[in-house]
Amino acid sequence: MSNNIIELKNISVAFDGQQIIENMNLYIRDKEFITFLGPSGCGKTTTLRMIAGFQEPDSGDVFFEGKKINGVPPHKRQLNTIFQRYALFPHLNVYENIAFGLRLKKTPEKEIKAAVTEMLELINLKGFERRNISSLSGGQQQRVAIARALVVKPRVLLLDEPLGALDLKLRKDMQVELKNIQKRLGITFIYVTHDQEEALSMSDTIVVMDSGVIQQIGTPTDIYNEPKNAFVADFIGESNIIEGVMKDDFWVEMAGHKFKCLDKGFGVDEEVDVVVRPEDVDVVPVDKAMISGVVTSITFKGVYYEIIVEIKGFKWMIQSTDFQAVGSTIGLVVEPDAIHIMKKSQYSGLYGDYSSFSEEFDELSVAEVDEDEEE
Amino acid sequence: MNQKSSLMTKLSGSPYIVWAVLFIIVPLCMVAYYAFTDKTGAFTIDNMAQISKYADTFILSIWLGLLATVICLVIAYPLAYIMASKGPEKQSTMTMLIMLPMWMNFLLRTYSWMTILEDNGLLTSALNSVVDFINNTAGLSLDPVHLINTRGAVVVGMVYNFLPYMILPIYTVMLKSDRSLVEAAQDLGGNRLDVFRNVTLPLSVPGIVSGFTMVFVPSVSTFYISQKLGGTGTILIGDIIETQFQTANNFNLGASLSFVLMILIFICLAVMNRFSDDDGGVII
Repeated sequence: MSNNIIELKNISVAFDGQQIIENMNLYIRDKEFITFLGPSGCGKTTTLRMIAGFQEPDSGDVFFEGKKINGVPPHKRQLNTIFQRYALFPHLNVYENIAFGLRLKKTPEKEIKAAVTEMLELINLKGFERRNISSLSGGQQQRVAIARALVVKPRVLLLDEPLGALDLKLRKDMQVELKNIQKRLGITFIYVTHDQEEALSMSDTIVVMDSGVIQQIGTPTDIYNEPKNAFVADFIGESNIIEGVMKDDFWVEMAGHKFKCLDKGFGVDEEVDVVVRPEDVDVVPVDKAMISGVVTSITFKGVYYEIIVEIKGFKWMIQSTDFQAVGSTIGLVVEPDAIHIMKKSQYSGLYGDYSSFSEEFDELSVAEVDEDEEE
Repeated sequence: MNQKSSLMTKLSGSPYIVWAVLFIIVPLCMVAYYAFTDKTGAFTIDNMAQISKYADTFILSIWLGLLATVICLVIAYPLAYIMASKGPEKQSTMTMLIMLPMWMNFLLRTYSWMTILEDNGLLTSALNSVVDFINNTAGLSLDPVHLINTRGAVVVGMVYNFLPYMILPIYTVMLKSDRSLVEAAQDLGGNRLDVFRNVTLPLSVPGIVSGFTMVFVPSVSTFYISQKLGGTGTILIGDIIETQFQTANNFNLGASLSFVLMILIFICLAVMNRFSDDDGGVII
């Protein structure tokens, strides 16, 4: 027996003739924290709703512990959902909201009381039993939603952008809290988000999706260090994605310079996409540099300066703790382990150039939550 | 600055205050004045003392009004539920169909029910031909159906006329309610019945309360429906009030009847609200 708790096989979904998910195959291991990460409309929420039972696939099968669960209604599935806007029952108080699932199961009142009290302790809301839902803050509502789902002891918890409506500080706290709850209870968390930082810091496994297709599955470090294509490289963190040519194993030419790298197995003179993370570029005097360019803008970010450098018509982003004046020429060094080579894909040339930086940044960070709901 | 803006706020509210005083407070006071004075304008409680004579009529009015309201609720609730679950195009068509009769004159609508229910009317003759058929084939001798000038006819008139006022508020509440609440309830292990009982129904209570009010109040105080469809057998409190003002010219008794009716309606609605509050909180 494998320890896969959920399996998706050849899943396809279309709404109004528009393909939302295309031939998806995915295995989710028991007790892992897995995140579906992608921009709005990439099919991540639809995938989650399919696992929860709110959405049936047009073709393909969903398995739970090896058993096919297509057509099984949500209330008969051993998994629970945290909804985007919590979906707490406004006509019930905190206690009754949490007790909801237990009451449906006709649990004796004594056990309900014990379970709800335990949950309130877990989410740090002791003494809030009689409070109205509308009198709670966003973070408190969020925690009630978590308690309400966990009290029925699901095997799998589905979380649909649960922290989207919270402010930054609270979001960070809740990330830690969620991760702790997951570890303590030892149940599978399936998490949906468009926030790459959230995905990196919480997940055991990340599934990067775009246009209904899984782009890459891996651990956060894999995804960050070894992105499979330009889309993944750009979506996870900041990346300079430069067109290059493999000259030989371990040698790539880009920006007019031949760099030593750690990648092999490409054809000689094969065109590739080269990823260089902004934090992996060192600023040096021009005479000691591999390549050099002119600083076109610099922004203070607190820990570092974000510097945009134009090198042979391509704008690189680099992060450096030293100030560089706009207009000055600086030299750059890229070490072999800072270079990651990717095969050309449909995303080549679409991402990784910082000449239109500001708009791109806005688009990524303020991805609409609502659009996803439409899926 | 602050003082100025608060003055502006006060001024902008004043038309509504004037309106409320002129068309709500003053008439209420006038009703109260007439109710507690005699023809000469002297204070008296004679009018109020006479009201006990009309106790039966009050009871009948409230009973029929209640009956019509409950029937409206029974018809309206599933209809509103179905409407709210349809696509936007079907919804607007159905809303239109429900609203359309309301654009027709109220008197005309009631009058046409007379022609439907009267002894040679559409419905009655259709039903009677069925009765004849049964009598002939089964050799029975059932009495012919008689619909007009019965309490049933009055209730039919009330239900028909006031049904949209029950459907629309319930429909609106259901439409506004968050779809994800239903999903959350399913997710927590609720089947269709559980979800309806524990989520959909309690959340629609505000719609039921306002629908109840909007049907019950006009039903209790109607006079035209009972006159046209109830004949002489079904005199409602509305009819008596109308008579006091139009024929008997006894404004004082009419006013005191209205006054008592108002208080009774108020009590009914307070009980209803009380009941629904408890319901909303405790239902599980």
